[in-house]
Amino acid sequence: MSILVNKDTRVVVQGLTGKEGMFHAEQMIAYGTNVVAGVTPGKGGQSVLGVPVFNTVSEAVKQTGANVSLVFVPAAFAADSACEAADAGVDLVVVISEHIPVMDMIRAKAFLNERGVKMVGPNCPGIITPGECKIGIQPGYIHKPGTVGLVSRSGTLTYEVVHQLTSAGLGQSTCIGIGGDPIIGLNFVQLLELFRNDPGTEAVCLIGEIGGDAEEKAAAVVAAGYPKPVFGFVAGLTAPPGKRMGHAGAIISGSKGRAQDKLAAMEAAGITVVRALGEFGATVAKTLK
Amino acid sequence: MNVHEYQAKELMAQFGVPVPKGGLAQTTEEAVDVARGLSGDVFVVKAQIHAGGRGKGGGVKVCRNLDEVKNAAASILGMHLVTHQTGPDGKLVHKVWVEEGTDIARELYVAVVLDRGAERLAVMASPSGGMDIEKVAEETPELIFFSRMEPGQPLWDFQCRQLLFGCGLDAGQVRQGTKMLQALVTMAMAKDATLVEINPLAITGEGNLIALDGKINFDDSALRRNPDIAELKDPTETDPLELQATELGLNYIRLDGNVGTMVNGAGLAMATMDVVNMAGARAANFLDVGGGANEEMIGKGFEIILTDPNVQAILINIFGGILRCDVLAGGVVSAAKKIDLKVPLVVRLEGTNVAEGRKILEESGLAFEVAASMSEAAAKVAAVLGGQK
Repeated sequence: MSILVNKDTRVVVQGLTGKEGMFHAEQMIAYGTNVVAGVTPGKGGQSVLGVPVFNTVSEAVKQTGANVSLVFVPAAFAADSACEAADAGVDLVVVISEHIPVMDMIRAKAFLNERGVKMVGPNCPGIITPGECKIGIQPGYIHKPGTVGLVSRSGTLTYEVVHQLTSAGLGQSTCIGIGGDPIIGLNFVQLLELFRNDPGTEAVCLIGEIGGDAEEKAAAVVAAGYPKPVFGFVAGLTAPPGKRMGHAGAIISGSKGRAQDKLAAMEAAGITVVRALGEFGATVAKTLK
Repeated sequence: MNVHEYQAKELMAQFGVPVPKGGLAQTTEEAVDVARGLSGDVFVVKAQIHAGGRGKGGGVKVCRNLDEVKNAAASILGMHLVTHQTGPDGKLVHKVWVEEGTDIARELYVAVVLDRGAERLAVMASPSGGMDIEKVAEETPELIFFSRMEPGQPLWDFQCRQLLFGCGLDAGQVRQGTKMLQALVTMAMAKDATLVEINPLAITGEGNLIALDGKINFDDSALRRNPDIAELKDPTETDPLELQATELGLNYIRLDGNVGTMVNGAGLAMATMDVVNMAGARAANFLDVGGGANEEMIGKGFEIILTDPNVQAILINIFGGILRCDVLAGGVVSAAKKIDLKVPLVVRLEGTNVAEGRKILEESGLAFEVAASMSEAAAKVAAVLGGQK
């Protein structure tokens, strides 16, 4: 079992004919993902990697029954692409593109919310249900099917943790890189809820970093009662105070974004906190066995 | 990206926000010339650096005549201004802004901020202007008002009325303030600003509103579509090494330790810095060479790290994702040979073809320490440094 994506997921890749899009789509297909369509405006009718290309997502969805879109287009066009996918009726949009302007994401997120469409990212490695479906840029081979769910705000840090879990003999149900941008799609809290109800997930790992208050909110969910063990890590524990010119935005959320506060909130909530990253896999293995 | 007060005020003025008349000066003579061209008999000379708290540090001076302007400019220009935001070394002042003095009856605070939690812009106001707003939020949170914008909707007049009557303004001032807040929101949306702050916003003796300070933070991801904003960047505000790194496409932050670190991906780079520090050594930098590291980026990474004279050892931690470890190892070896590396190097490689990668490192003839895990890598760095003492 898994959350959000599985062997039946049908993926449309927006930006399939670009260099990055084609490279990663090829890797996804090799992993076993059902890539059913590509979209590049003006290239409809072509075929790439044996996958039909359409001018619009709407057309792709009608012709192929795609239900998840992967956005691989340059930052300036990415918000528009996410909205197009939502409008075409997919259930989930995974946005890999980085450096998308915040103002664009504010508008796109509101557009997706109105239509009840979920998003993963932007600026993230994607989502994978090992052995079934990989949507993103993750190295597939480090994963292994299993029962540990993983959510992370960072890319290569996710790979590091997954690798440690796999090396310790622990497979994963679904791994999601949620991205580190100010405005993101699914967050720790929403994914904790999805994992709560997934019978195939026995434990959840939260990989956080300094800034924002996502970890504190996740801790509050766990503190209110969570039926599975949760493990947490926060990168940036020894980072010197930022060179930011203040953070008035943090006043509303009431958080300073410091690693110490996040770890303290996690510990108080009963989350098993790992401070040294090298120990993560071993700590999870010891607790679960 | 941050800009100077004078740049923020010029931009705000373009959007219809009232600001005091003034001009920029880089010498005492220029400062006097600017003051001579202004009306009134009170002038304010303000250091232009990217940091708050300039007044307390002696970077803002009120002057009653041109002689005082000359003296103020002479003392501020060239000083290392230390504030709670600059660090102990302070920042060298290259420019001052000279403006007409304002007859201040009251000071407020207003801002447009990105509310990450609510995923929208919010407008804030407080009657406690001229103070550190974070301190106000901590000590008297009831004196901070905010109103969130609906995506796709304007900032409605009623939202401004709620905030400004809340701050105790009279009806005429609320009308002025409403126009001002709406102008700030229009500016934020047009120029991709994620923080616009006026602190203090003064109410003059005559009852008019005027922005006495201005701070704007622009979204780096949107600078390409705002070339006029990108031009406002002041390179002297950035550490020269960090500036050089940006030009090379690297994400580098200089720290005060002696272990240079090179990592692919920001999160892993932060975690590596933590592991080094927790092992009893001190990271000299944070360096993210990008998720898809390659030989070219590794070479550039070496270049930047070694420009820092404090570096006595280097730790490379690369998680080879889609790029194979044997290719990465080849990149490390050839980059290290090219620069004739003199300091000890600990390399931790993980990912596809890791065995081939480690073999390339071990057979390179270079004095690499190869580590299998992050903990081992940090321990080896600490040991290498310990052995040198």
